[in-house]
Parts: sequence; structure tokens; C-alpha cells
Amino acid sequence: MNIVVLVKQVPDSGADRNLRSDDNTVDRGSANNVINEMDEYAIEEALKIKEAHGGEVTILTMGPDRATESIRKALSMGPDKAVHVVDDALHGSCAVATSKVLAAALGQLGADLVICGAESTDGRVQVMPHMIAERLGVAALTGARKLTVDGSALTVERQTEEGYEVVTASTPAVVSVWDTINEPRYPSFKGIMAAKKKPVQTLSLGDLGVAPAEVGFDGATSAVVEHSKRPPRSGGEKITDEGEGGVKLVEFLATEKFV
Amino acid sequence: MSEVLVVVEATKEFGVKKVTLEMLTLARELGTPSAVVLGGAGAAEALSAKLGEYGAEKIYAAEGEEIDGYLVAPKATVVAELVKRVQPAAVLLASSQEGKEIAARLAVKLDNGILTDVVGLAADGTATQVAFAGSTIVKSKVTKGLPLVTVRPNSLNPAPAAATPAVEQLTVSVTDADKLAKVVDRVAEQKGSRPELTEASVVVSGGRGVGNADNFKLVEELADLLGGAVGASRAAVDSGFYPHQFQVGQTGKTVSPQLYVALGISGAIQHRAGMQTSKTIVAVNKDGEAPIFELADYGVVGDLFKIVPQAAEEIRKRK
Repeated sequence: MNIVVLVKQVPDSGADRNLRSDDNTVDRGSANNVINEMDEYAIEEALKIKEAHGGEVTILTMGPDRATESIRKALSMGPDKAVHVVDDALHGSCAVATSKVLAAALGQLGADLVICGAESTDGRVQVMPHMIAERLGVAALTGARKLTVDGSALTVERQTEEGYEVVTASTPAVVSVWDTINEPRYPSFKGIMAAKKKPVQTLSLGDLGVAPAEVGFDGATSAVVEHSKRPPRSGGEKITDEGEGGVKLVEFLATEKFV
Repeated sequence: MSEVLVVVEATKEFGVKKVTLEMLTLARELGTPSAVVLGGAGAAEALSAKLGEYGAEKIYAAEGEEIDGYLVAPKATVVAELVKRVQPAAVLLASSQEGKEIAARLAVKLDNGILTDVVGLAADGTATQVAFAGSTIVKSKVTKGLPLVTVRPNSLNPAPAAATPAVEQLTVSVTDADKLAKVVDRVAEQKGSRPELTEASVVVSGGRGVGNADNFKLVEELADLLGGAVGASRAAVDSGFYPHQFQVGQTGKTVSPQLYVALGISGAIQHRAGMQTSKTIVAVNKDGEAPIFELADYGVVGDLFKIVPQAAEEIRKRK
């Protein structure tokens, strides 16, 4: 099975993150940029499917030059190769335009199965799998906490607020996964060394047949008008329990009219 | 005034979800609210009274197996056709997994911009979003097409405004491409009658400090006494104390209740990301240096196994 995993480089969610003051895009220059955490689960799932059924795993990333670091990191887990869509004109692209570019790249790669994280930790927009599936005319099985592959038949348990749904489809398909689906492997030393030699193909917008005017700020379908930092919360009263902590807690809740 | 389409979120068990009432309230500021019900046979009839109570002047209903039996795509097709026909002033959906997914397909079908996790929408289409774990406030606009936004639960107070909606049944003509992902089973795991996590006005969450799955009964008890939902930190979920759908944080749910109670949660950035826009935060933790106290309006340093039962007893006394 030919599996493509979508990997996004994002600013580390464990550190302070900002939008740029000049063009309102995510400040990647000053951030510690890492693989979107949820994508590691997508990679792990792809590798497990390859190990059980054979095939090839390809990483697909759209992002600036520095995303190469995340691509190598992804490859060190075990995928065979990577495709990096990189083009200066992509800076400032909205989700709609991004899905156009990724769908064009996936069209060229001819994937049986596309796996991605359910959301990225920077935008948390959660729209990419369905946008891509809509463009490619393939099934989207999203929010999976379990994926079963039997030949071309796919079954997922889709996490919902009430419980889960069992959803089936045939390949080709896009599957998005939550972090409950597996436990991603750590790259081995051998894997890290091997990743340095794995092929990473770069594709420009020209290679994909997408016009620069369709992406970036020119092609954006939405825009950030302004942004500001929310004032940080400050701690209030803190007491140490000396036997009456529970009662005092309820007294506070009562003054706030919660009890 | 132009119509504003509100795509209804509802559950079989609880009916119309609160976020839908918030969207109807918001829609009244922007135009004339029309509710769009997408579901199984008879779905609109069951919901129409509530939708009317909150100002829906019209209800568009697309019902049946073709809608309900497949994942998201048929719903997007129906809404896209409706948007083309009625040319609404805006389309509002819930910022839930499914709401965002329908919106995603609509954006591609209509080549229209999309804004998610919106907490406010002005008449000129300027949306307010909260980004980066609640640390940044963003004003943004759809610049191509109509405002297509998903509204985060607990963004505003729903206000009733009675209307008598006319129901229009939509003809459902979905394509084969919409029927590729078939829902073959729906399994309920939600326990009891607690409010849904993202919509609850009170959330009581437990973390690693709760110690084990059995001890989560304490968290549940306090939640029930406060009429709230139960949440869990990632550490608690990873340790198997509580199911993943209740996880609050960067890789779980974002909640914004009136009251958030954190029990045995240290307050790692991963967790804060999902709860720091809560109105009032209360924390109990044995470590007085835990970062959760930096954002708690009221904190008790001590043993939660002593404090929580005492608090529960005190609430019972006052009831």
C-alpha cells in the first residue's frame, strides 16, 4: 500500500507563541519549530500498516526551507522518503489554498492512503483532511482512535463527544488520527543515520501546476486584521489546608454564586 | 434582512445543543436566523420548538439515511446547495469536530474563506478568535465569499426570542462521492446525564494527582454536586484513569466554562491550553508551587483526598 503522511512543522506548543507584527502570520522565525505532535501518531500508524501489509510510506510537507529539519526527524522514525513543497509564494496561504496545494501534490503521488493528525497544535483548525478529500473526491475517515486495514477496506473508530462511530470506506482515502490511536516509536540511532540518506524531493508551485496568485496573501480567502496578546491571568488567593480547606473552598464558591 | 444560516448541532439524548442556541442568538444580530437541521428522519420536528424559542424564523430540514448514514460529506453538499439558493449573509456552524468538517467541505465547494473557533462576530463580518492556547486574541475576516464561521461553545449567553419557524423540507440529492464513508454503528460511551464537556458551565477535572481510575469517583461526585461536566488532564488520560474524550488541553478539548475546578492537576502548558479562558478557576493540589496556582482565582494547597470529600459534604449541607 502506498501511504502518504502529512507532516506540518509548527512552533513548539510548550513555549510562548506569537503572530508576527508585520504580516500577521505565525512567527516561525523566533520559535522553536517542531513536528506537529499529532503527526507523529500518523507516522506511527502508517509504519504499522506498512509492517503488516507491505508498501511504502512517504512524508509530505508544505512549508519553508527550515521545515527540512522536521522532515528528517519524521524520516528517522522509519518512512521511506519525503516530498517537500516549498515556494516563497506560499507564505501567507490560508487553509483553502493549502488544501489546493496538498491535493495537487497528492494527485502526483497517487496515494492509496493519506494519514494525518486530527489537527495541528498551532491553528487547531481541523479542516485539512476533509478539504483534501473533497478536492480529491476520496473518502475521509476523520478523528480515528483505531484504524483497521483489510485489503482495500478501511474501518475506523471515530471519536465523538458521545462515544464513537464505526465508519467504513475503501481506499483511496484520507484518515486523520487522534493521539489515542497508538504510541509513536522513538527514532533509533540507526534510523537517525538512515534518515540523512533518504530521498527528499522538493516540489515548487510550478511543478504542481498551481499559479502563485492562487496561494499566499494574493490567494488568501481570509485575513487577520489585527491581533493582540491576552493579558495573562494572575493567581488569586491561595490557602494551605489546615483541616478546613474543603469548607473554605465551598465558601469561595458560594461567594461566587456557584453553590 | 438577509437570512443567516445556522447549522444545528443536536444530540439524540439532549436535543438542541447549547452552542446552537448561542449561534441563533448571534445570528439575530446579523440578520434573520434560519436553522438548518441535518439528521435522521423526523429530526427537525423534534427540535423545532426549541429552535423557535431562540428565534429561528425558518427551519430547513434535510433528513434521512442519505444524510445520517454517511460521514459529513452529504451534509456539506446539502448546505452548499442551500447557500447558493438563498445567498445568506453568513453561515454559522459549531466549532466541533463535525461542524468544522462540514465547514471545511463548504469552503472548498464554494471557494470561500473559513474562520474557526470564533468567539464573536460583528455585523461587518469581523470575527474574534482566540489563538495559541488562549494567549492571543485575533480579529479576522473572510475576504473571499460570505462569512463562514464555526462558533466555539460558551462564547456568549444564549437569549430566547420567540419565533414560529416555518419548516421547509429540502430535497436531498447527494452524489456517490458523498457516500464514500459509511457510518455503520454509533456507540454511546458518555456516562450518566452530565452536560457535554465543551458546553458545560462548570467543569471539574482530575489529573495525575487523582491517582487511579477508581478515585475519579471523587471528581465525578464534585462535578455532579456542582451540576458540571467531568474533565481530565492528559496525564490522567494517558495513565488510563479516564477516557480520552474527556481530555482537556492542547491535544484534547478546549473548554471555557464559568467555573473550572482543577483537582490534582499541576497545570502544564498542555493543560492550560485547554482551560485558561475559563471565567473562574479553582485548584486543589498538594504542591504549592504547581503552575496551576498561577492562574487559579482560588487555590487550596493540600491533600485532595481530604479536601474534596469535605467540600462535597459542605455543598450537601448547604443544599
